[in-house]
Amino acid sequence: MTTPQTLFAKLWSAHEIMQRGDGTSLLWVDRHLVHEGSHHAFANLQSRGMKVNAPNLTFGVVDHYAPTRTGDVAPDIRRMIDTLGYNAKKNDIRLFDLCDPGQGIVHVIGPEQGLTLPGLLINCGDSHTSTHGAFGALAFGVGATEVAHILATQTIWQRRPRTMCIKVNGTLGPAVTAKDLALYWIAKLGADGARGHAIEYAGTAIEGLSMEGRLTLCNLSIEGGARLGLIAPDQVTFEYVKGRNFAPTGTDWDAALTDWQALHSDESAAFDREVTIDACEIAPTVTWGTSPEDALPITGHVPDPATLFGAKREHARLALEYMGLDAGMPIDTVKVDQIFIGSCTNGRIEDLRLAAKVLSGRKACIPGLVSPGSAAVKKQAEAEGLAQIFVGAGLEWADAGCSMCVGMNGDLVAAGKRCASSTNRNFKGRQGRGARTHLMSPAMVAAAAVTGHLTDVRPLLEGRL
Amino acid sequence: MSGWTKIAGRAVALAQANVDTDQLIPARFMSTTRNKGYGGFLLHDARQDDADHVLNRHKCVDILVTRRNFGGGSSREAAVYALVDFGVKAVFAPSFGDIFQSNAVNNGLLPAVLDTAEIELLIDLIGDKDVVAEVDLSVSRAVIGGHVVPFNLEPVWQQKLVNGWDDIDLTAQYNEQIAEFRAARLVAHPWAMPTS
Repeated sequence: MTTPQTLFAKLWSAHEIMQRGDGTSLLWVDRHLVHEGSHHAFANLQSRGMKVNAPNLTFGVVDHYAPTRTGDVAPDIRRMIDTLGYNAKKNDIRLFDLCDPGQGIVHVIGPEQGLTLPGLLINCGDSHTSTHGAFGALAFGVGATEVAHILATQTIWQRRPRTMCIKVNGTLGPAVTAKDLALYWIAKLGADGARGHAIEYAGTAIEGLSMEGRLTLCNLSIEGGARLGLIAPDQVTFEYVKGRNFAPTGTDWDAALTDWQALHSDESAAFDREVTIDACEIAPTVTWGTSPEDALPITGHVPDPATLFGAKREHARLALEYMGLDAGMPIDTVKVDQIFIGSCTNGRIEDLRLAAKVLSGRKACIPGLVSPGSAAVKKQAEAEGLAQIFVGAGLEWADAGCSMCVGMNGDLVAAGKRCASSTNRNFKGRQGRGARTHLMSPAMVAAAAVTGHLTDVRPLLEGRL
Repeated sequence: MSGWTKIAGRAVALAQANVDTDQLIPARFMSTTRNKGYGGFLLHDARQDDADHVLNRHKCVDILVTRRNFGGGSSREAAVYALVDFGVKAVFAPSFGDIFQSNAVNNGLLPAVLDTAEIELLIDLIGDKDVVAEVDLSVSRAVIGGHVVPFNLEPVWQQKLVNGWDDIDLTAQYNEQIAEFRAARLVAHPWAMPTS
């Protein structure tokens, strides 16, 4: 009898070219996704007189610096976009440029275009590459030196991470989303709680998630310190992939399905760590501080540093000072200046549908920006009447890109302003210097838009789900 | 890149947890080309907001002692460039962001893990001052302010730091194995190739 294996172990061995004596493995990369941030890596290659090794497995996209509003583009932003265009052209890489109907955020368009498939190893010079694990792919972010290595060799050196299973039993309550689940476990285990581990998410609550929800959950794995997140592919996955632009067809599709159906952890396969969560414990969740681990239920109170000890006390004190909050205040009394819906975490069509359900027939009392995750999501949202709901509520409907999640394109939150945001990071200065970010689901962002303060979305969605 | 085995210099303490890569280098500086030097961007906003910031008080910092989850967040290697260009050669913390740690080793910066108690002891010991320190990779040992701290270092990382090795050159010796793997994968899993 063969030893039961985890999904991670199966994927790892399927990509391992060789293992060095020191335990480091050389892995084959099936898809390499590059964005504007790749300029250091291309410069490295150019200085060696090298070209991209496998241009047919490399795909470029303009997202971090993509302008999402009409008007002039600043010269340094234009230069970043042009540099990617130059590098893609020079190396025969398929580029999803600004005018391409497939353009969007790299972690949104990979799945959307059928570039992300179960069983693949996917790398990108972006930490949220963990997103693609939702399909049962080994997907992890890398740095610029590693991007250069992949461009040059189509391989990556990696030390095998330990495995961790996060099992979520039961069913998420109404209006409680994958975002709430992710913030919940990160708050419980810490922003470095899963460091050095590959997480597999399992359990009935995970099986019950749509592809969109799974992508959100895997996306945030990095915020809990994990190397990558994984969900075993199932019928939901296969139906999502079928018919996508770059997805296999005909006999290749049949062969793929046979391979993909074996992609699950064997019963009784052992993980290095196991965490069990009961889905019914999870309420709509928001962050109060400057790390995704600083999260609590919307019914909760901002912590009082005086009740904490050691380094935790100092972290909470600094976080509250930056965020301009008082110890012990109910989190749902915090007034918000603006909202943002978008990003690789929550800029997908389902996210926009849920936010629109909250906003339908209502007005936002604060300004806000809605940036769809891709040009295709934008088109679909307009066809479904969602864009009209956002605009009708008084929000700004923009083009696709990373936008106000990281502010590289100039979409920024002003210093001292407080933003309810569907993004992935509430770090100091992330959305702009001095900006105060509260992370939450797109539905919760929409609720904050309606009331002007952090708000439990559940009553607002009653009868609308 | 040239490697190193021993360094001697000054250590300071940055007594904060979760110093993420967005803080280490704010996104707006990342379109700058490297040849201009990234040292001025290191913890830029924190240093501007606080004249008394540890990196304003101590311009020559070789070794940084800090709290958990240092370098978490974005994969931006520019965060490491900022540290390296500032002059930092080693960071000691209870935990690092995984991607940051790899980026560090690829740029000659030692990311050494110590347990929390050891870090707290060093932070207390250093306080607001800077202290004399040395790091010896050959024996995985540092002496910070007279306190001896052994640390664990993956053998491959030790080799890369000591030799200043570049992975692209290293991988070239496996070209044949890579080609074989590639051919076999395409035969066994033809669906793994993008169609359009």
